[in-house]
Parts: sequence; structure tokens; C-alpha cells
Amino acid sequence: MKKLVMIGNGMAGVRTIEEILKVSPEPFEMTIFGQEPYPNYNRIKLSNILQGETNFDDIIINPLDWYQENQIQLFTGEAVVKIDVDAKRVISDQGREVDYDELIIATGSNSFILPIPGADKIGVTGFRDIKDCEMMIKSAEHHKKAVVIGGGLLGLEAARGLLNLGMKVDVVHLMPNLMERQLDPIASSLLKAELESQGMNFFMEKETVEILGDNRVRGLRFKDGSEVEADLVVMAIGIKSNIEVAKGSGIYVNRGIVVNDFMETSVPHVYAVGECAEHREIVYGLVAPLYEQGKVLANRICGTVAEPYHGSVAGTQLKVAGVDLFSAGEIFEDGSTKAIMVYNEYDGIYKRVLTRNNLIVGIVLYGDTKDSTKLYRMLTKKEDISGKAIFQTDCGTGDSSDIAPMPNDELICGCNGVTKGTIVEAIQTQGLTTLDQVSHCTNAGRSCGRCKPMVSSILAYTLGDQFDAAAAQKTSLCGCTTLSRDEVVAEIKAKGLTSVKEVMNVLDWNMSEGCTKCRPAINYYLGMVHMDQYKDDRDSRLVNEKIHANIQKDGTYSVVPRMYGGVTTAADLKRIAEVAEKYDVPLVKLTGGQRIGLFGVKKEDLPRMWEELDMPSGYAYGKTLRTVKTCVGAQFCRYGTQDSMALGIELEKKFERLDTPHKVKMGVSACPRNCSEAGIKDIGFVGIDGGWEIYVAGNGGVDLRPGDLLCTVKSQEEVMEMTGAYLQYYRETANYLERTSKWVDRVGLDHVREVLSNGETRKALNERMDQTLKKYIEPWNEAIQSEEIQDKYYAKHTIKVGE
Amino acid sequence: MIETLTRIPVAHYSNLKARAGYSIKIDDKEIALFKISNGEVYALENRSPHPKGGVLSEGLVSGEYVYCPVYDWKISLVDGRVQAPDEGQVRTFKVDREEDIIFIVL
Ligand code: SRM
Ligand SMILES: Cc1cc2nc3c(=O)[nH]c(=O)nc-3n(C[C@H](O)[C@H](O)[C@H](O)COP(=O)(O)OP(=O)(O)OC[C@H]3O[C@@H](n4cnc5c(N)ncnc54)[C@H](O)[C@@H]3O)c2cc1C
Ligand code: SF4
Ligand code: FES
Repeated sequence: MKKLVMIGNGMAGVRTIEEILKVSPEPFEMTIFGQEPYPNYNRIKLSNILQGETNFDDIIINPLDWYQENQIQLFTGEAVVKIDVDAKRVISDQGREVDYDELIIATGSNSFILPIPGADKIGVTGFRDIKDCEMMIKSAEHHKKAVVIGGGLLGLEAARGLLNLGMKVDVVHLMPNLMERQLDPIASSLLKAELESQGMNFFMEKETVEILGDNRVRGLRFKDGSEVEADLVVMAIGIKSNIEVAKGSGIYVNRGIVVNDFMETSVPHVYAVGECAEHREIVYGLVAPLYEQGKVLANRICGTVAEPYHGSVAGTQLKVAGVDLFSAGEIFEDGSTKAIMVYNEYDGIYKRVLTRNNLIVGIVLYGDTKDSTKLYRMLTKKEDISGKAIFQTDCGTGDSSDIAPMPNDELICGCNGVTKGTIVEAIQTQGLTTLDQVSHCTNAGRSCGRCKPMVSSILAYTLGDQFDAAAAQKTSLCGCTTLSRDEVVAEIKAKGLTSVKEVMNVLDWNMSEGCTKCRPAINYYLGMVHMDQYKDDRDSRLVNEKIHANIQKDGTYSVVPRMYGGVTTAADLKRIAEVAEKYDVPLVKLTGGQRIGLFGVKKEDLPRMWEELDMPSGYAYGKTLRTVKTCVGAQFCRYGTQDSMALGIELEKKFERLDTPHKVKMGVSACPRNCSEAGIKDIGFVGIDGGWEIYVAGNGGVDLRPGDLLCTVKSQEEVMEMTGAYLQYYRETANYLERTSKWVDRVGLDHVREVLSNGETRKALNERMDQTLKKYIEPWNEAIQSEEIQDKYYAKHTIKVGE
Repeated sequence: MIETLTRIPVAHYSNLKARAGYSIKIDDKEIALFKISNGEVYALENRSPHPKGGVLSEGLVSGEYVYCPVYDWKISLVDGRVQAPDEGQVRTFKVDREEDIIFIVL
């Protein structure tokens, strides 16, 4: 397999990888290095985070699971420091060396920090990444006065965010007009007036020469000698392509890493894409052109013949509430341009289109931007405008009546290059009904989000009478319905629905048998609501839970028998050894869950192996209780204050097989040294003198999270009672596939504590838990007993055709 | 050019359960056979077109589609086409039924 390495885990780079995964006829062995300690996230939305409209979790574009699923090796928090272009190898700051056949540099850019005295003081930051954002949010908790240097897009978005965080904000700008590279003076002055009314204070035509203060910033001094106070200084004066790693490696760089029309650098097999790349002397700083570059590069790397990159004209918009603004192309008039203008000072609407030889070359819209897609299309497609109406005469509302006359090739989502035609087709052919679904299928709206109102209108227009505005906005269970999790559960209860099929029928699913998102979820919710009265729908479970073993990359399975509390016997070990030998199991391994896994088993061998093992399933594949890890505890250890093994075994025996929204893991330690790592388990128990501490919501996986102390109890009975109640409350209120750590963060630990503090509530929860537990039978044993199950799920039919 | 078509009996219709996938090996070809809720039977090559492959027979079946069990691609049982936003196509085989016998035409 060819080795593809990428430096930089940002927006342009990862989009290129997505494109490669789509077009590549042959898989690559992929490795990505990202300096930031996160998976790929939507940098654009940092402005919205600062303005309090969203949170860090919501801006992740590709979660770690995505990298896993696509078998991409990702090293986060690790920067590449050197490229050896002769040996075709990169070297990271941790000394890791990785060879490549093809190398993509996608290192983006850094905030430009003014080289003035004091720029390194505490409280001075750029505005580029999550770290900067966190720093600003934190500063706002303790400090009151912020100064933003730079009155461009980024600076104004930062300033609006800081206002929302409760700070007083001054914006310092070197030029006489705000956003002078995107706006003409009239639009600029309208913008300034609006932002002043929102509470921003401006210092125009001021040059900052020094940052004042001891350790922390205290203020700034301007060239004219005047000073202002500041506890926080945000520099948003521009970006600088991040070309460090290329520079030292013999790759030709100018302002950025110089590339040709196929994104190739001066060195063979090395490419650059995104804000670090310079194409025909231009470095782009918006995602739309960068995504176009990504597409071209993906085709190049995969050897597909496609158009080269010719450069782009990008439109910009300011993401500040109350400001409606769009700009694209040329701003300044020269002798050869003619302007078409509308200026309604009263309503604060201003539109100016610059033309040259009957073609649109520049657009500025302020206060009303609904013509932007049309004008932008005319600009990029170089449409002749003679005889055409440029501005809409009526005061259109942006509703579906504006959609009909729009041609199919009109660009709706500038960031992702998605046209009206593509969206309409996706809605029609795939029965989409929500904004969420459209974004998923077409990418429209997945970046800056400004196109969402338009996508919504297209949805309304395409669906006609069937359009449900409220439903279109919410997060539904999946693309098959507009109902949310809570609504589905409520309907199941209210209408007494008892099967997956019935739920889909009665609640008008648009795919009559659902999909991989809703079927397992509904199956879970039904089992949760109807307790022991529900008959599980095995074919609505995904492969692992259906086969009761974990599928592996080559289609084989793993077998992990129960080993309660991690305690085994010599006899059991012998049996495992014999079975492993007899079936030629390729790998016998101690798992991270204190038991033994047999890996690489053929599906058709599973039932016989289970029979010979004669042990219950360890459910290493299920959304259920996985393992209860224990330490050796008071039975042997000199520090142990409690019998951790006994409690662990009792817990595992009681709760094994229980369906839960996501997997649940427990750990029991007999003293605070915590050798079973109970602090990073969904529920962890730590023995102390005279009792147990119960920790909840720990997670040792993707988002490492230490558990929080739920309560301290005195006896083993109380442990069982509290655990039953806690687990049942999680089962009843969590979303399917929501791990306990995320659930507690969502509903709040205090809330959970309060619910569980009531003895009556705990009793009722435990009763429902006990009733549910009655229905489970051992699945491996069931498969051994039933020929029907064996034939349907485990048999491999081999037919030899005679010559 | 003369093409030889072979009809191979592979299963009894009445034994097939709806919404299940069966893996059938004919010489060295692996085929996934599906019976869907309306009773139709389809045969596809038992390999997801995802660059990293994987079997299809264990996937979740919904109407005329199967979801690749490893990468969750949605694939039409009728023409083998991968549904957007993913792209690709799986080879399909013609299925004949005579009385209770299901044949695959190779
Ligand atoms: C076998 C084992 C690795 C090993 O060789 O030790 C394992 C194997 C898998 N883990 Fe794990 N995990 C194993 C212990 C862990 C642990 C350690 C632990 O349990 O103490 C963790 C971190 C603790 C935690 O969960 O908080 C762990 C965190 C994950 C995650 C991330 C979960 C998260 O909430 O972030 C996944 C992905 C998921 O579940 O969605 C995962 C998913 C997987 C899957 C099921 C991936 C998949 O879908 O195919 C792996 C199956 C491999 C196979 O071929 O069967 N595995 N996995 C361990 C089985 C333990 C057992 O006996 O049951
Ligand atoms: C607050 C804000 C708002 C924005 N708003 C908009 C908007 O509304 N519309 C729009 O189109 N654009 C907007 N942008 C710009 C857009 O986010 C960028 O154009 C885009 O992220 C660039 O993508 P990239 O992949 O080139 O760089 P990045 O997304 O910056 O990714 C580069 C990554 O490479 C990593 N890296 C660097 N060097 C190394 C190394 N040596 N080893 C490993 N990793 C390395 C970096 O840490 C970074 O994570 C905004 C940007 C910001 C900061
Ligand atoms: S066993 Fe767990 S950690 Fe190891 S590769 Fe698989 S999922 Fe990742
Ligand atoms: S225009 Fe930015 S996401 Fe659609």
C-alpha cells in the first residue's frame, strides 16, 4: 500500500483526505500529524463559540471515530519538525519518523503578531485556535477590559465575542475604514455605526507601538503618544502562512509554499494545500477556495484526470449578529468600472455592484444580502448583465418563492461549492426533511453556516406542502424521521408501541425499515420502556451485537469469555488454551479489561468454540456492561480495606447482559491507591475505612475524563442499591450511544445527585431495573441450542461447481 | 463472443429468513444472498466497495438496501450502487427462482 502522510490536521487538509477517500481506487496507508491536541474541527465556528452560540464539542467536524473507521493513523499534539525529501520521510517533535510515498503539507497559518515591545506579555493573544479561544473566555471571567487590534473580519468577530462575554471592548484600526479590503467607505461607515450601537468603541487610524504592563498586559500606547487600558489584547491584523517546516527542507517558498495548478510544490511527491499554499501569488484565507484546492489535489494524488486549479474569487460575510453583509471581488472603482448602487439610509440598506464591460467584477451588500447568491453566480460565471435586473425590485423575504426562479447551477453553499440543483436532487432522491440531513448528504452548511437559511428555503420549496418548519430545524433521531429521541420515546409510551416495525409505521418513517442509526436505537428504547415484556429484534442490531462477537477488519471475529471481576481458575485457563489450540486461533491476548481474548476466529467456528469453552459471553462487543475490573484487595493486599474482588464479581453477575445506551465499564479498588483504575470508569468504587466511595462518569477513551464522586456509602448492600438506581436512571434518560460521561455532562451531576437522593425514587428505579434484568438469557448458549440461529447467523454455505 | 451462463442452485427459498444475509461461497467467489421483507432475493459480491473492503452479508438490511457492517455505507441490493454521500458500486448477480430453489446466474 502506498503511504500518504499529511502534516496539519486542519480544515483544508482533512477535507482533502475526505476527497481522497471518495475517489481513491486503491487505499492508502494514511498518517496525519496535527499540532493541536484535537481531531479536525471547524475553525470558522470559533467566532460563534466566543459569541456563546455553540460549544467546542459541537464544532468537531471529524471525531476520532472517523479516523479509526477510515484507518487513518492520527498523531495529535505532535508537530512535524523536519521533512527529509531525499529519504521521503518526516520527523516529528517527539522523534517519530514516518516514511511517505506522497506528502501533503497543510499547516495553515498563524496569527500575525505585531513585532512591538511587550507583545509577549501575558494577556496578549492571536485569534486562531481553540487555545486562543479558551484563553479569551478565561480572561473574561477575571478581567473587564479588552482591546482588539485590527478592524477586519476576524477582529470584529472577536470584538463581538468579547462583548458577549461581558467585557468592555475597544477596537483599534490602522486605516480610516473598517474592513477596508472588503467594503467601500459607505458600507464601512454603516457597519461602524451598527457596531457602535452594539457597544463597541473604535479608535480609528491609530498605530499601536507598545504593549504596556509588567507580566500581564495593562494597556497599549499608540504612535501619537496616547494610551488606553487593557487587561486583554487580541491581535487580529492578519495571518502568516505557516511555512516553517517546508522552508528548512528545500521546498520552494515565497509568502506561502509555492504550488502549481495541481497543488504540487517544487519537490516531487510533496504537495501543499490550504492557507500555507501560495497559488499564482495568492494565498487564500477562506475555506471555499481551499476546498476547491483540496478536490484538485485529491484527484492528482489518486491519479484521476480532472480540471487543474485556476484560482478562485471568494465571497465573505461577517458572522456578527445583527449585521448582514456580503462582499466579493473588486472593491475600488477605477476608470474602467461602472457602479450600480442602491442606498437606503433610512433602512440601513446599501448595495453596490461594480461592473466592467457588462460583467460583474465586485459586489458589496449591506443590510440585505439576499441577492448575494445570484450576483455571486453572475460574477463567477461571467454572465453578461446587459438588459438584466441586478437587484430584486420587491422586498423579497428569502422564502421559497425566491427559490423557483433560481437556476439549478446557482451556488448555495459557497464554502463547500454546493449548488441548488445538488440540494434539490438530494432532497428528492433521498427523502430528506431536515436541514441536518441535507448538510450530511451534500456538505452544504457544514462550514460557516451562512447558507443555512437558503438551504432551509430550498427544503421548503422542494417539499411543498410536506415541509414542516419546526421539524426541519431540530436534531432528529436520524434521516428517516423528523422526531427527536424524546419525542420517539414519548410516542412509544403514549401509543403503546411494541415493535420496531410498529414504531416506524405509526410514526411515519420515510424509510420503511429505517437505517443503522434508528433501528438499533428504537430497539433499545423499546426494551427500556417495556422492560421484560419486549422481545428483542435481533436484526435491528448491528453486526457485533447480532453475531455476539466483535467483527474485525478482515471479517473474522473475536471471542472474549466472561471472567467475573478478572478472577479465573487454572481449569478455565486450560480450557481456553485447549480451544485456542484446537481452532488454531491466530491471537490469544490479555485484553485491557482483565480477561482473555481470542482474536481472528472464523464466523462458522463460533458456536462450536463457545460450546467447548462452556463459559458465558463476556459481551466485549455490546452496548451493555463490559467488564468490572478489580484489584486484589483485602483478601491479600496489605493495604486493602474492603473486599474488592467480591464486590466486583457481585456487580458483574448482577448487571451482565443488561442493555444500556452505550457500553458501561466498572472498576473496584480496595483502597485509594486505586489499582483497578476505578477513577476512569463509568462507575468506579473505591474502598475506604468503613465504606465505599462511588465515582461516576469517568471515561478512559476518546475524551479522557476523571470520574466525579457521587456519594460515599457504608455497606455493600448500599453500593448495589445506589448502582442499580444510577444505572437505571442513565438507561431511562440518556440518548442511545451516549456514554455516561457525556450524559452526566449534559444533564448535570447535581441533577443526578438530587434525583438519587430520594429513597422512594431509588426504590422505584431499582424495581424497574430488576424487572428488566429478568429477561436476559445467555446468548452463546442460546446459539448452541438453536439450529435456526446457527443457520441464519453463523453458517457459511460453500458450493463447489463441478466442471 | 459466446458467453456461457451457469445457473447454480444455492438455497431453498423457504429456508431463507427475511432481512438476513447469507454468505455463499461458489468456488472462490464469495456471494452475499439477501431476502428482503417483500420476499425478493438479491445476490451481490460479498465485499463492500469501501477502499478497505469488508463483508456485506452481516450488514443491517432495510428495504432494498444493506448497510456495510464495517463502514456503514448504504448499498442498493438492486443495482449494487453505493448511496450518497459515498460512492461506488458492488457487483450484483442475477437470481432465478424455480419452485423452492434459488439459483444464482454466473
Ligand atoms: C479487546 C480490547 C483491546 C485489547 O486488546 O485489550 C478492545 C477492543 C476494541 N475496542 Fe476498546 N477494547 C478494550 C478495552 C478498552 C478500554 C480499557 C478498559 O476497558 O479498561 C477502553 C478505555 C476505557 C473506556 O472505555 O472508557 C476502550 C475504549 C474504546 C472506545 C472508546 C470509548 C469512548 O467512550 O471513548 C471504543 C469505541 C467505541 O466504543 O465507540 C472502543 C472500541 C473497541 C472495538 C470494539 C472497536 C470495534 O468496533 O471493532 C475493539 C474491538 C477489537 C476486536 O477485534 O475485537 N474501545 N477499550 C479491550 C477489550 C476489553 C474487554 O475485555 O472487554
Ligand atoms: C476565528 C476565525 C473565523 C473564521 N471565519 C471564516 C469564515 O467565516 N469563512 C471562511 O471561509 N473562513 C473563515 N476562517 C478561515 C478558515 O478557518 C481557514 O481558512 C481554514 O481553517 C484554513 O484551513 P487550513 O487547513 O489551511 O489551516 P488550519 O485549519 O489552520 O489547519 C492547519 C493545522 O495544521 C497544524 N500544524 C501547523 N504546523 C504543523 C506541523 N508542523 N505539524 C503538525 N501540524 C501542524 C495547525 O496546528 C493546524 O491545526 C476563519 C478563521 C478563524 C480563525
Ligand atoms: S483495540 Fe482499542 S485501542 Fe486498540 S486499535 Fe482497537 S480500538 Fe484502538
Ligand atoms: S456557505 Fe459556508 S457553510 Fe455553506
